Amino acid sequence: MKSHVSTRINGDPVEFLCEPHQTLLECLRNELHLTGTKEGCGTGDCGACSVTLNGRLVCSCLVLGVEAGGQEVGTVEGIGSPAGLSVIQQKFLEHAALQCGICTPGLIVASTALLAENPNPTEEEARYYLAGNLCRCTGYDKIIRAVMDAARELQEKRA
Amino acid sequence: MSKTDEYKYIGRRTIRPDGHDKVTGRADYGADLHLPGMLFGRILRSPHAHAKILSIDTAGAEASPGVMSVVTAGDLPELSPEVLAGGEGAADLRDLARNCLAGDKVLYHGHALAAVAAVSQKAADEALTKIRVEYEPLPVVLDVYDAMREDAPLLHEDLFTQGLPENPEKPSNTASRMELKKGDIEQGFAEADVIVEREFHTPTAHQGYIEPHACTVRHDEDGQSMIWSCTQGHFQVREYTARMLGMELSRIKSVASEIGGGFGGKTTVYLEPVAMLLSRKSGRPVHMSMTRDEVLRATGPGAASRNRVKIGAKKDGTITAMQASLHFEAGAFKGSPVQPGVMCAFAPYDVEHAFIEGYDVVVNKPKVAAYRAPGAPQAEFGVEMLLNEIADRIGMDPIDLRLKNAVSEGSEALYGPRFKRIGFVECLTAAKNSPHYRSQQKPGMGRGVAAGFWFNAGMQSTVVLNMNPDGTATVVEGSPDIGGSRASMAMMAAEELGIPVEKIRTLVADTESVGLSNVTGGSRTTFATGMAVIEAARDVVTQMKERAAAVWNVTAEQVKWEDGVAINTLGEGRLSAAEICASAARTGGPISGSASLNARGAGPSFAVHLADVELDRETGFSSVHRYTAIQDAGKAIHPGYVEGQYQGGAAQGIGWALNEEYVYSPEGVLENASFLDYRMPLASDLPEIETEIVEVPNPFHPYGVRGVGETGIVPPMAAVATAVSQAAGVMLTDLPLSPPKVLSAVLKKTA
Repeated sequence: MKSHVSTRINGDPVEFLCEPHQTLLECLRNELHLTGTKEGCGTGDCGACSVTLNGRLVCSCLVLGVEAGGQEVGTVEGIGSPAGLSVIQQKFLEHAALQCGICTPGLIVASTALLAENPNPTEEEARYYLAGNLCRCTGYDKIIRAVMDAARELQEKRA
Repeated sequence: MSKTDEYKYIGRRTIRPDGHDKVTGRADYGADLHLPGMLFGRILRSPHAHAKILSIDTAGAEASPGVMSVVTAGDLPELSPEVLAGGEGAADLRDLARNCLAGDKVLYHGHALAAVAAVSQKAADEALTKIRVEYEPLPVVLDVYDAMREDAPLLHEDLFTQGLPENPEKPSNTASRMELKKGDIEQGFAEADVIVEREFHTPTAHQGYIEPHACTVRHDEDGQSMIWSCTQGHFQVREYTARMLGMELSRIKSVASEIGGGFGGKTTVYLEPVAMLLSRKSGRPVHMSMTRDEVLRATGPGAASRNRVKIGAKKDGTITAMQASLHFEAGAFKGSPVQPGVMCAFAPYDVEHAFIEGYDVVVNKPKVAAYRAPGAPQAEFGVEMLLNEIADRIGMDPIDLRLKNAVSEGSEALYGPRFKRIGFVECLTAAKNSPHYRSQQKPGMGRGVAAGFWFNAGMQSTVVLNMNPDGTATVVEGSPDIGGSRASMAMMAAEELGIPVEKIRTLVADTESVGLSNVTGGSRTTFATGMAVIEAARDVVTQMKERAAAVWNVTAEQVKWEDGVAINTLGEGRLSAAEICASAARTGGPISGSASLNARGAGPSFAVHLADVELDRETGFSSVHRYTAIQDAGKAIHPGYVEGQYQGGAAQGIGWALNEEYVYSPEGVLENASFLDYRMPLASDLPEIETEIVEVPNPFHPYGVRGVGETGIVPPMAAVATAVSQAAGVMLTDLPLSPPKVLSAVLKKTA
């Protein structure tokens, strides 16, 4: 029997039906067609499916769909605005911090969570915070530069 | 004019045309297409690494709830062995089919042998458990040397070694042997003051793209079909699927989704023909996605190798002789990249006496696929390690040693051609002058230098460039964009047309919408497809000049094209691209240029890497402290994405050197088929990767472009292993340099 789940995704009230065994990742992708969240491993090792659950960074492949009931889910589709990209998204483009782009949604979500928690990270802190997000194309160099540059710019904007 | 002023758009760091789609999650990848009525396909995989299939009974699965079709190798037409020209390495049609669905034998753990399509993933998975297979397990062989033994278990009864002086009477696991030679190798060693010789091992390592293989396939009742899949070459997907299933090419529309990494691993087919069969049988669209476990167990990793290398040199650093014997694992079917390995191994060096042989050997592991400069990292690893050892023995700087022997314009490569203009010496010089190399080496840390060579490829590409009525342009290409090539296409078109790069969109079209284009592989896309973009744009410019000439009643030769504007050299007239396009209906209709070519003159590519590695002598753990990648791009169209290729190649090579390997049980079961246990570098594992783009133009490209994608993975293994060896005080030649291995070497040395 399918369960009825009532949740909020990127601020919108959302309802869906899912089997008890289905992960939040499957629900987002297959039931709600929010395919910006990617599956790289299904075992919580690559971070391509990163979302926030009540503001906390999680792998959506390790969360059950039913667990989203009554919670706030944040996905890559909720980042940026109709007016334009977020600073982090913009910096990823300026720094060529993506090649194939499959890890990018997860990294955008994770970097956004990082700067929300720690607006002024050291490079080492950024590297460790993002260690749960595998990227096979870039060697991370440009990703870290993009994140550090975004942190700088956001700091300046706040000041 | 300074180099940077030479071009208006080339060499800038523009925003890629597909950038917004990729940072917002809008871009659609292999697993992102949902069609109405779509079924989910799953594959039954062998629990044995080597077994005869006595029988397959699918009745239980067919009766399982929600199941719409079940297929096995029995649904494939009979195929004879036939070599299909591929993008990166040829493929045997029958082997391809047997790899997609095993026939009478399974040859590796995880080998596909049946598939089910059902209304849900769960229903499909449940049905798989109801397929009854009777196996007769056979002995397993997992290592290349073991597989070459006379008494080794035989994978294929009909595999006879090719390339021997006499055709063998008995089948074996050695699919082929090849050699290259020059001069007199014995004389070369006789002339040497110092000779070093060692055995090297590189493990099976996976390309590790983050996106698992996925496709959605729809076969309609009128025989038309559509394949949507993540691939480096959708024309090749069409070709392979059509040939395997006996379909006409025009019946398949093959669409390249966005691709989440490939590195050579997505130049073949695993799922597409199976999904086509399932869809044809069920009359419904079928989606298939591999799990990560399946990707690691059953898709092509890079080949493992065991190589013996011997080099002789004089005290002044002149290399007198180079000799090597390469043994590559092909996996379950013939076709390892040993041939490019043989061709690349000594290519960077001008040596009078050389001999190299290579063996392509089948073992009970998944069939290998291309992996970034396929064959070159394995082959060049030992050579570069030994050159560092020689430099050490004769007390010479390792870069000077390479400079003394480096190939340059006019040198004859062992593999045949005479090099035109190449940038090896420039890369070595840049390495020598780099801030990294000039920096003081930190105590307790080793420093390794290594060079790398890769041919780069040309091959076939088609481009259509359509001018829109408002003077903007659309570039239609057939090369999947795996790392930002849409940006370089748009930039080259902008440069030729003289219109702003933001006004150009680049579209990767399906097989019905653009002419044939070979795979995105061999570092060929910006070079070859780019050349087609340039030709198509020049065609468009010619047409626009003709249109303006007609307006002014002059000849096209009397019209000059400058910054997107036609100028009448005889009078006052000026017409912009936008004006010409707006009035195109009156001057002869829409303006569209095209080019299709088989690009010749790919520019050989060289790289030099520097690695400082810290070794914890108590645990054997190595960490890369500083890393620099220097490579000749010929001309960097988009420097940001060129640097990205260098950095990405370096990171993969570092992973291959330090962590990555397939760990098998004696029964041939892969024991680390997850990203937790198959340990690829994380952000916290790596330092900043410094880069330097050397630009020695390729004389065969209008802007001097060479490919840049692959060479960067060639030097890291030797650079890192040399650094670790130096820190450990012992030569480490058996990769990966995982902590237990390094620690035991350190302990043995100190004991």
